[in-house]
Amino acid sequence: MISTYNAGLFAEIGILILGALSVYVILSTGQLSLGNAGFMGIGAYQTSFLTVEAGLPITLALLVSAIGCAALGFLVGFPALRLRGIYLAIATLGFGEMVRSLFLNLDRLGGAGGYHGMKSISGVYIWSWTLGILVAIMLLERSRLWLEFRAVHDDETAAGLVGLNATAIKVGAFGLGAGIAGIAGGLFAHHYLYIEPGNFGFERSIEFVLAAILGGSTVAPGAVVGAGLLVLLPEWLRFLADWRLAAFGALLVLMLLIRRQGILDRTTFSRLGLRRRAA
Amino acid sequence: MFLQQLVNGLTLGAVYTLVALSFSLVMGILGILNLAIAELFMIGGFVGFSLLVSGYPIPVALGAGMLAAGLFAIVIERVAYRPLRDAPLVTPMLSTLGFSIILQNIATNYWGSDPLQLPGYFLATRFEAGGVQIGAMQLVVLAATIILVGLLALLVRRTKIGRALRAIAENRDVARSLGVSANQLTMVAFLLSGLLAGAAGVLVGMHYTAITPYVGVDTGLKAIAVMVVGGVTNIWGALLAGPIIGIAEVMTVAYGGSQLRDFIVYGIMILILLIRPQGLLGEARAEWSQRV
Repeated sequence: MISTYNAGLFAEIGILILGALSVYVILSTGQLSLGNAGFMGIGAYQTSFLTVEAGLPITLALLVSAIGCAALGFLVGFPALRLRGIYLAIATLGFGEMVRSLFLNLDRLGGAGGYHGMKSISGVYIWSWTLGILVAIMLLERSRLWLEFRAVHDDETAAGLVGLNATAIKVGAFGLGAGIAGIAGGLFAHHYLYIEPGNFGFERSIEFVLAAILGGSTVAPGAVVGAGLLVLLPEWLRFLADWRLAAFGALLVLMLLIRRQGILDRTTFSRLGLRRRAA
Repeated sequence: MFLQQLVNGLTLGAVYTLVALSFSLVMGILGILNLAIAELFMIGGFVGFSLLVSGYPIPVALGAGMLAAGLFAIVIERVAYRPLRDAPLVTPMLSTLGFSIILQNIATNYWGSDPLQLPGYFLATRFEAGGVQIGAMQLVVLAATIILVGLLALLVRRTKIGRALRAIAENRDVARSLGVSANQLTMVAFLLSGLLAGAAGVLVGMHYTAITPYVGVDTGLKAIAVMVVGGVTNIWGALLAGPIIGIAEVMTVAYGGSQLRDFIVYGIMILILLIRPQGLLGEARAEWSQRV
């Protein structure tokens, strides 16, 4: 039997993995989103509304919210396509802050006072979503579609020249990422049982990006490693008391300096694969 | 009432202008967001604030705040930026984020997480003209901002260093082949950026007459919006956009409710990104497709 405390960390990691995957999918087409907490927030409020006020079962509510967030992701993705690189990242940052601010004003959903009334879900339930989506993305990575994602990532112009619809691919990735972030939000709301707009600010968005990059932004399981580290590292550093966060920051910088491609990358896997074959 | 809000918005906007210039010095030249600027601003503010509280005159406090933030900026450049210069843009951005976590921890440990307050007599001097009150502190903030922006413009437009900075911003490889030391100038850009952030920190402390270790993030993100609205490549852009955003924010709080504030500010930013991505005064540039 694991303690409540460890169960909490376990659930937290599962949710953060989904957040990291939502960034990962978008990043795989060469776009950086600094606003995924916005989609997460929409997912959180939408799912909670559906379970609390419409009485929907949680799984159905999550699916509906995921579709809603993905649709919104498409809508946001289209105008954002005019922008590239860091400018797109800044626009998504603005989107995230606008969503947070919007929920502050939505008195119907509690406004600044937050929203509650959700029923608790288990860590196992959270992780079945996490693993399900992780496996789905890993299967997607074996498909032709993913090759198109990577082609757009590597060189958009060239991808267009060989007949790929770069626009559709980029908007599609945006929608997919938004949907995953929405699920992360719904699970977050039903794990903590209380949500407020401040839960879905810039710091949350950047945490997703950090988890994706730290774990390794070229392979989906990197999200698992990155999310695990981001949740557990501050726990392991508890003995440093007041200086815990400074040590955490220093370790982040150090890890990026030592392994800028993230802890896992494609060669880690091919090496493991080779060894297995040799044995 | 309206004029009063205008004056308050202008002062707030002046602070945004400085932080926005701090962001755009690094962004315009290197194409990355230095997320630690938000905390450099906070550290500079605390250093200046502590000196003001101990009775040092304003110029000393301002100088010390600038110097402290400038020194940290150089450390960040050497440790977090330079080794990752050829990595994708997101990597140095996250390493500067690591530094902002460190800086915030230093501030909470050193100064505590409760707000520091300026003694009352700082607020006592107020001038009145036509029903509008303006505090001596607000005048200091406005004057200091105008002087600092003027000095920066002079440096960038008229000196050798400024020419080299602009050359690097235009095309790093060509500039280097013409004998400009990119490493040295990157450090200069970070130093200038830190000095401005530090000054803004001291000034915002004087504007609000209080400071906490958490002022950084909120102002930092707003300053990014100001940078985008004004145009990254143009100093005067920030000088125009700072007051626009500052006034929009203060007016929203006064007439629309404080909760709407951020919605309006980032709404303006996204609108500008969509209809005029180079910013109000910026020029279109080719580097936009830079990879993340």
